Amino acid sequence: MTAMAVSDVIITNEVGLHARPSVKFTKLAKTFPCSVEIATKEEGPWIDAKSIVKVMGAKAPKGTRLWLRAKGEQATAAIAALTALVERGFDEGGGHDRAS
Amino acid sequence: MTGPARIVGQVASAGYAQGPVHLARREAPAYTAKSTPEQELQALQLAVDSASAGIASTMGQVCGDASDILEFQLAMLEDGSFTDAAAGMISAGATAHAAWQAVLDAEIAEYQASDDASFKARSADLADIRDTVLSALSGESTQTIPPGVIHVDEDIAPSRFLSHDWSLGGGLALRRGSVASHVAMLARARGVPMIVGIGDSAIDDGADALLDAEAGELLVYPDPEQIAAFNHRRNASQTRQREADALVSHPAVTRDGEAVEVLVNIADPEDADRIPIEHVDGVGLMRTEFLFGGDRGLPDEETQLVAYSKVLAWAEGKPVTIRTIDAGGDKPVEGYTIAEDNPFLGLRGIRLSLAKPEVFRVQIRALLRAAPYGALKVMLPMVSVPEEIVQARAMFAEEAAGLASAGIAHRMPQIGIMVEVPSVAITPERFDGAAFFSIGSNDLTQYVLAASRDNARLGALGAADDPAVVSLIANVARFGLASGLETSLCGDAASDPEMIDVLLGAGLRRLSVAPARVAVVKAAVRRFARGEQPR
Repeated sequence: MTAMAVSDVIITNEVGLHARPSVKFTKLAKTFPCSVEIATKEEGPWIDAKSIVKVMGAKAPKGTRLWLRAKGEQATAAIAALTALVERGFDEGGGHDRAS
Repeated sequence: MTGPARIVGQVASAGYAQGPVHLARREAPAYTAKSTPEQELQALQLAVDSASAGIASTMGQVCGDASDILEFQLAMLEDGSFTDAAAGMISAGATAHAAWQAVLDAEIAEYQASDDASFKARSADLADIRDTVLSALSGESTQTIPPGVIHVDEDIAPSRFLSHDWSLGGGLALRRGSVASHVAMLARARGVPMIVGIGDSAIDDGADALLDAEAGELLVYPDPEQIAAFNHRRNASQTRQREADALVSHPAVTRDGEAVEVLVNIADPEDADRIPIEHVDGVGLMRTEFLFGGDRGLPDEETQLVAYSKVLAWAEGKPVTIRTIDAGGDKPVEGYTIAEDNPFLGLRGIRLSLAKPEVFRVQIRALLRAAPYGALKVMLPMVSVPEEIVQARAMFAEEAAGLASAGIAHRMPQIGIMVEVPSVAITPERFDGAAFFSIGSNDLTQYVLAASRDNARLGALGAADDPAVVSLIANVARFGLASGLETSLCGDAASDPEMIDVLLGAGLRRLSVAPARVAVVKAAVRRFARGEQPR
């Protein structure tokens, strides 16, 4: 059986999916055996979430809705972990939404 | 071979050096094409691997910010996407060199086209990755500067300066360069002799030379008489330095018993490691351009917080004045500053910060959060009308309110200003919304005399001891004394022992100086007595 998991999350940290966040994101994605892809639109194009060149190439600024999908072993865990990382503002500290 | 010569330049960092001339090599060796695409691909893979290994080994030697950026570069290199794209071109007949260049150039162009300043700024990282691999392909390693030489170059990058071990002596003689450059600042902080603007005179590689970066001259193939005179000047200077060093930890008190506070200027957090806090009365100017400079892009809040709180902790409760980003003018920051015809009169300092609130607010939050770690004061650069203080204060108040409602620890620091635009120095009373004044004599001088400091052709025009500049300094000091507004001076004039009489004579009692100059400035203060001044 091939597991599939999908999710979407808003990027809230100040600089968006920038250098340091991308390093963290792709590093985390690589710890899972499944394939992971992201997109900045629901209809794609989908890009490899384990490639920092491609993830940086998405140039997703703060406020972007990021779509995630994974296929294969541990797909659900991968999506949960990556979504949580984005929600935590990539642990950058500056990503808290102070208005709320 | 050229004959003996005396080549004159401007002093960027005082000191003496003796040694062989080392001429910078300009042309990179050409890439030799391999005979098959397979060999090209193999060469590329080897070059990428060696570039990765180089970055990984440098990562072990740096920390914090610099390490993060190297980790990013390493991740980009190890990704394989660039190599795959290049491999496609190689199998179609391109050389490894041409393919890598084309792939990275295309990627860089895409980053540069981005509307987002942070992404745009990353193009410098990609250029770095591109050049590192291209050098590895050509078999050229970045030319190292041998220890103890007098390095002669057009100009030199800060990273190049920092990677060299200056502890074995030597110095810099730059054909262009600027006394106001980041490298000049680093050289002054580390006490590396440096002159700039020596022009295009022919100089032999390896020629014996004396660099007198007090007088501002490079003596090539000196005769015995010149050598004797040089040694005499150098020994006298070293004796003065030794005598001054012996008393560096003592307070600076004038001959008639007036205490003068001597603080230190920090251009880079590493400068703090160069001087014990016991030797100074605090930090009179901590620049923040190092965070924004070069290839690191715009720093996030956390990175800034770490840098600021580190210096505050080091200062052990002594005051630390941090200046908000002073980019623009001669300090462009990729992805932040704007190219202008006349940058010194354009969008720089606080003007740029107010024009780009999204960047300024990140710095404001980091400063507010750093404040509880010590005695923080915040200084706004390039203020020219009182309204700028009002606007900046309002932004500090808004961000503090935001942090408070998010339950994040912070404190409102004192907010003062640099006095470097003549409008402030002429009518300081209009600027009493500031908590303190710090005179930036470098910019004040160039604005008062309309003489760019980085223009070697203007020579002596634009010295801080010009009567017009001194009169303005005295005007600010007088207002400070009368109104109780703390007034100091943090420009290069304070680091020049020969200017101390003038500055103390103008009424200043608080000076902030380069780390390497603390001892000699304190010694000059001890020689001063009020009422003995010729002025």
